[in-house]
Amino acid sequence: MRARIAHIASNTFREAVRDRVLYNLIAFALLLSGAAILVGQISIEIEKLVVINLGLTAVSLFGVVIAIFIGIGLVSKEIEKRTLYTVLSRPVRRWEFIIGKFFGLAGTLVVNAFLMAVGVFLALFYVSHKFVRADALILVALYFIILEFLIICSLALLFSSFSSPLLSAVFAFSLFVIGSFAEDLRNFAGMAHGISRWLATGAAYLVPNFSAFNVISSIAHEQPVAGQIILQNTLYALFYAAMALSGAVLIFERRDLK
Amino acid sequence: MKQRRTISIVAGTCLILSLAAASLVLHHADKVRPQATLDEVLFLSSPKVIKRASLGYDGLAACLYWTRAVQYFGGRHETYAPSYNLLAPLLEITTHLDPHLVVAYEFGSTFLASKPPHGAGQPDRAIDLMEFGIRNNPDNWRLYYDLGFVYYMELKDYKKAADAFERGSRVPNAHPFLKVLAAQMAQHAGEYETARMLWSAAYQTSQDHQIRENAVEHLRGLRVDEDVEHLREAVTRFSQRTGHPPASMAELAAAEGLRGVPVDPDGHPYKLTPEGRVEVRVPDDFPFATNGLPPGYKPQPKFHEHF
Repeated sequence: MRARIAHIASNTFREAVRDRVLYNLIAFALLLSGAAILVGQISIEIEKLVVINLGLTAVSLFGVVIAIFIGIGLVSKEIEKRTLYTVLSRPVRRWEFIIGKFFGLAGTLVVNAFLMAVGVFLALFYVSHKFVRADALILVALYFIILEFLIICSLALLFSSFSSPLLSAVFAFSLFVIGSFAEDLRNFAGMAHGISRWLATGAAYLVPNFSAFNVISSIAHEQPVAGQIILQNTLYALFYAAMALSGAVLIFERRDLK
Repeated sequence: MKQRRTISIVAGTCLILSLAAASLVLHHADKVRPQATLDEVLFLSSPKVIKRASLGYDGLAACLYWTRAVQYFGGRHETYAPSYNLLAPLLEITTHLDPHLVVAYEFGSTFLASKPPHGAGQPDRAIDLMEFGIRNNPDNWRLYYDLGFVYYMELKDYKKAADAFERGSRVPNAHPFLKVLAAQMAQHAGEYETARMLWSAAYQTSQDHQIRENAVEHLRGLRVDEDVEHLREAVTRFSQRTGHPPASMAELAAAEGLRGVPVDPDGHPYKLTPEGRVEVRVPDDFPFATNGLPPGYKPQPKFHEHF
C-alpha cells in the first residue's frame, strides 16, 4: 500500500516538475525577491523588512496559486487523458490514488518553497551582509506557509474529485479568500444573536483559518512565535487536511467513472 | 525550412523595432502631456478596508504604502509644495497595516508637524499618529520623545511636552536625556538651548538620513537665529552709544571687541544693511532660519538629491 502511494506521489511530483509553468513561477518569485532589494533602496530603513515581507509573501502566494492550479487538475486531467483507468485497472485503490496525488503535490510545493526560501535568504544576505539569530524565525514563517499549502492542496483535491477544473479553481480560490477573513467571521459570530450566531460560528469553524498561519509581519519585526502556537497550527493543518482528504476519498470512491 | 527561418527573422526584427518605436513614442508623449494627477488620489483611504483587502499580507502592503509615503513627500518637497494632503492618510494606512513600523512614526512626527513647505503643517495629525504608535509600541522611548518634540516645536505646549518626555523617561532603557528634557520643559528654560538639545538628540538617535539632514538644517538655522539676535543687540548698543548705526560689520566687530567679522555656519560674513539690519549672505542656504532674512524673502525651490 505504502509503495503504491509513494509511486503515485513520485509520478505526480515528476509530472508537476515537468510542467513549465512551475519553473516560470519559481523564476518569477526569485525575481520578486530581487525587486525587494530595489524597493528597499527607494524607501527608508526598511530594506530588510521589505525583503522578508515581499519574499515570504511571494513564497506564499505563488505556492497557493501552484497548489490551486495543479491541484484542481490532478483528478480531472487523469480522467480526461484516460490514464486513470490504466492506473485503477492495476491493484491500486481509489483512496490510494487520492492520497498519492496529495503527497505528490505537497512534495512539489515543499521543494518549490525550499527553492524560493533560498532566494529569500540570499536576498536577505545581500541587504544585511550577515545573518543574525532572529533570521532563523523566517523558517517558522516558511513552516506555516507549508502548512497552509497542505490545506489548500487537500481542498483543491476535494473539489477536483467531483467538479470541473474551472469550478474547482473558483471554489478553492474563494475558500482561500474567505479563510483569510476567518477571524472577521469569528468576530461577526461574537456580535450576532440567535440563529445568525450559530450559522456564523459554524461557518467560521468550517472554513480554513488561514489568518492563523500568517506570521510574516511579526517575523519581519523579529517577534518570536510561541512553541504552543507552532504545535497547535501543525495539528490544525493536519486535521483540516485530513478532513478535506477524507471528503475527497468519500466522493471519489462513489464517483461513477464510466 | 528556409521560409520558416525568414519569417522568424522578419518577425523577430519587427518585434524589436516595434518595441523600440513604442518606447520612443511614449517617452515623447510623457514630455508633452501634463503630469498625471494620480499621485494626489488615494483610491482606498480606509486603513481597515486596505488591511482586509491585503488578505493577511499586511506587512508587504505596509512596506508598499510606506514607500509611497516617502516618495510622495520627497516628490512634493523637491518642488517646495505648499501642501501635503496625502501624507497623513498614507502614514495612517502604513501604521495601521504594520503598527510596529517605528520609522513611519518617526518620519510622521517630523514631516507631518513641520509647517509648509518643509512639512504638512498638521501637528494634530502627527500627535494622533504618535499616540497610536505609543499604544502599539509602549516600550519604545523614541516615540514619547517624538511626541514631546511635536508639542514643543510646533505647538509650544510646554506642559504636554513635559508630560510626553516624562512618560518616555519611565520606559525601561529610555535615554537619560528624556528626564532632562522633561525638567527643561517644566521650566520653559532657554529656548535656543532646548531647541538645540532636541535637534541634536534627533540627529544622534535617528538612522534615517532625511531626518538627520533635517536636524542638521534646523541646527544651522538655530545658530543663525542666535547669531543674528546677538548682532542685533550689538547694533542697538552701538546706535545708543554713538547715535548712529555702524557703517559696516567690521566697525561693529571692532566696537564689540570681536576677533573678526562674524560669519554664518557656512563661513560667509553676516551682512549689515545701511538701515542697520543684520542679514545672511545666502538666505537659501538656511531654510529654517527665522532671523537675518531680507524683507519679503521667499525660499526658492531646490532639488533634493536624496528623494
